[in-house]
Amino acid sequence: MPSMIAQIRLVSSHPEVYEPCEDSFALVDALLADRSKLLEHRPALCLEIGCGSGYVITSLALILGHVEGGAHYMATDINPFAIQVTSETLEAHGVYAELIRTDIASGLEGRLGGSVDVIVCNPPYVPTPEDEVGRDGIASSWAGGENGRRVIDKILPIADNLLSEKGWLYMVLLTENNPSEICLHMREKGYASRIVVQRSTEEETLHIVKFWRDSDIQLETDENRSKNRNVQLSKANSLRFPFRRQASIVVSLRQTFQVSALFMNSWNISDYDMPFSLA
Amino acid sequence: MKLLTHNMLSSNIKGVTNGFPLGIEAEKVIERSVDMNPDFLKNMFSKIEWKPLVEASRIMGYSDLPEDVPDSSVLDSEEFLRKFHHALLEIHLEEGALVCPQTGRKFPVNKGIPNMLLHEDEV
Repeated sequence: MPSMIAQIRLVSSHPEVYEPCEDSFALVDALLADRSKLLEHRPALCLEIGCGSGYVITSLALILGHVEGGAHYMATDINPFAIQVTSETLEAHGVYAELIRTDIASGLEGRLGGSVDVIVCNPPYVPTPEDEVGRDGIASSWAGGENGRRVIDKILPIADNLLSEKGWLYMVLLTENNPSEICLHMREKGYASRIVVQRSTEEETLHIVKFWRDSDIQLETDENRSKNRNVQLSKANSLRFPFRRQASIVVSLRQTFQVSALFMNSWNISDYDMPFSLA
Repeated sequence: MKLLTHNMLSSNIKGVTNGFPLGIEAEKVIERSVDMNPDFLKNMFSKIEWKPLVEASRIMGYSDLPEDVPDSSVLDSEEFLRKFHHALLEIHLEEGALVCPQTGRKFPVNKGIPNMLLHEDEV
């Protein structure tokens, strides 16, 4: 039986291309955890922004291999070596994706807006000096500027534009990126969010966050938004996650803080005992 | 690069208001057969700009698509689906360029991969 995800020994490499690491594995684990939902979702168009080695888009294509209705895969990267390596990785696994060398999704936004059913993205999230952002080669795979947010904050509105009504976005975020603030920001645009996988390594704590449009979320008026935003952000900042709390404290947090409701509402405890914890 | 992708790409140069469809300069065209999936084709039909697909196919050497935008009832025709499938997914631009319809700027396509990166003064 063919492997359901990309095999490391078949993943191509190049000195200027980020190799699959914990963050890539966590993202693919999140896709695997959501596999039955993804198959039910029946995505027609799938896109990876920043495909690097090709490990993730190859895995997505293998996971969705027999999706009813068929799916078309696209992947972008700014780094020409990454495009080449992804092409080799895809071929070694016998799957296909259309590759485009571009910055995020430049050139696709005009026509592809509102059409993409699944976007996966492992962005350059490492906090670095601002002048490291936008360099060539492998630096483009990790340099994220202040709080690691420079590129993430460019990607989010583009993903919002590209996603179809039923579209899902899976994104790798680091604690230092302040995921709770990102989720609040996306909530203002009508997105619910859920942490599908949380994983701590020696250096970092990774969150794989899934975003989807939720019609239950009332889009706030501009006036309310600016009024609420300051309050919510200060709460969000005080809720630095990840951190571990007793269940009873989580319940009281749920009652106390509007911000936590954003995650609580969409928890799916059946997937994981504790998809993430507030801190 | 498949023509499905060509149908989804537009010129992203700053100031360009009408960047679709991109022209095609075809130096090398290849065909790769893939399994046909009628559900996928029916899904894509509503997203495709028909005339640009017909024109792109013709440039790539395939002229069997109906000229005018077909009514969605054609999706019941196996013959139509086969042609649509072939044009959309089996014809690849391997070497050549995509051309901005407004400025004439060329985006190179090498080994089947379009390079949509802009120069600093185009962003």
